[in-house]
Amino acid sequence: MNQDKMPIEGSFQIIGGNFTTAGEASSEVKTVLTDLGVDGDIIRRIAIATFEAEMNVIIYAAAGQLFYEVTDEYIKIRVQDMGPGIEDTNRAMQEGYSTAPEWVRNMGWGAGMGLPNMKKNADTFLLDSVVGEGTTVEMTMNLIKE
Amino acid sequence: MKISDAIDELQLQVKTCKDKLSTEVTGAYVSDLLSDVMGNLQQGNIWITLQIHMNIVAIASLKNAAAIITIGGRSPQYDVLEKAASEKVVIMSTPLSAFETAGRLYSLLNK
Amino acid sequence: MTLKEIITALDATVLTEGDIDISVQHACSADLMSDVLYYCKANSLLITGLIQPHVVRTAEIAGIKAILFVQNKKPDITTIELAQKKKIPLLNTSLCMYKASGILFKYDLNGCG
Repeated sequence: MNQDKMPIEGSFQIIGGNFTTAGEASSEVKTVLTDLGVDGDIIRRIAIATFEAEMNVIIYAAAGQLFYEVTDEYIKIRVQDMGPGIEDTNRAMQEGYSTAPEWVRNMGWGAGMGLPNMKKNADTFLLDSVVGEGTTVEMTMNLIKE
Repeated sequence: MKISDAIDELQLQVKTCKDKLSTEVTGAYVSDLLSDVMGNLQQGNIWITLQIHMNIVAIASLKNAAAIITIGGRSPQYDVLEKAASEKVVIMSTPLSAFETAGRLYSLLNK
Repeated sequence: MTLKEIITALDATVLTEGDIDISVQHACSADLMSDVLYYCKANSLLITGLIQPHVVRTAEIAGIKAILFVQNKKPDITTIELAQKKKIPLLNTSLCMYKASGILFKYDLNGCG
């Protein structure tokens, strides 16, 4: 792995409702990790978790920001939004539980798999949400294959 | 073909309306988009989906689907099953993927 | 199964320019993208009824090799251009998801999940 310029950091503005550019942040994270020579399976897990976090902002929030930090050992992804917040975080973590409206489901999202999918693919996963203020998801994934 | 003829091949667990398994199956439809199902599912079709929320019952009932198969081992919550039982909608669950469920059912229906 | 075999089996049309000389091991039939991300394996064909650009993004993220749109759905130019940029071939067929899956299952394609 090329470790000369560690840590690598970046951030993205995410605009709520903008499905057209959805996934650009995750795509960049994927490119950064590919350039570093990270294992393909690990990249896939990170890209999936990041994409889900990005989509949640697009679906539910007015706006949000995604930060990433890559060291030679791990990647940390933090996604912070100005959204409605999650009333019951325990229920939100259940597979299939969703509060998404019908138009979101007709776009192919809101199946209630987003948060479980992030947790499944991350090595550490933290969810912090305040109703009326917003939600923050922080994930880390090890970059070294065990 | 009756619904009951697919149970073994599709590894189905019957969740509601065990008394309706002799219903004839006219075909199948795979979709997770409710508006699509409203538009395109034919009477007597088995609807294969991974949606498990309450609205699937109303749609299956309205369109006279033969049954709903929920895939990937997912099963609707109790309140959905209760509604399905009262609306006489057969719900079955399979551990198979949508692709494989459709594939096996297609082979059964086109023998 | 190669993309060329899939095109023949389903009488499918190729919507993108570029290399279609690839093969896939798995197929995933779904409309909900989180489920694609949850269940779908790398090197898969995604069979879907959705045609928006975020479907191509989902494929890119999940390592999906090609996308087949059912019921003759045609994506707009934004989706096609993104797919060409990401080198993910797009196909469409007039068959519904059930029939397309049913026919491909008879070949050596496996499901996901």
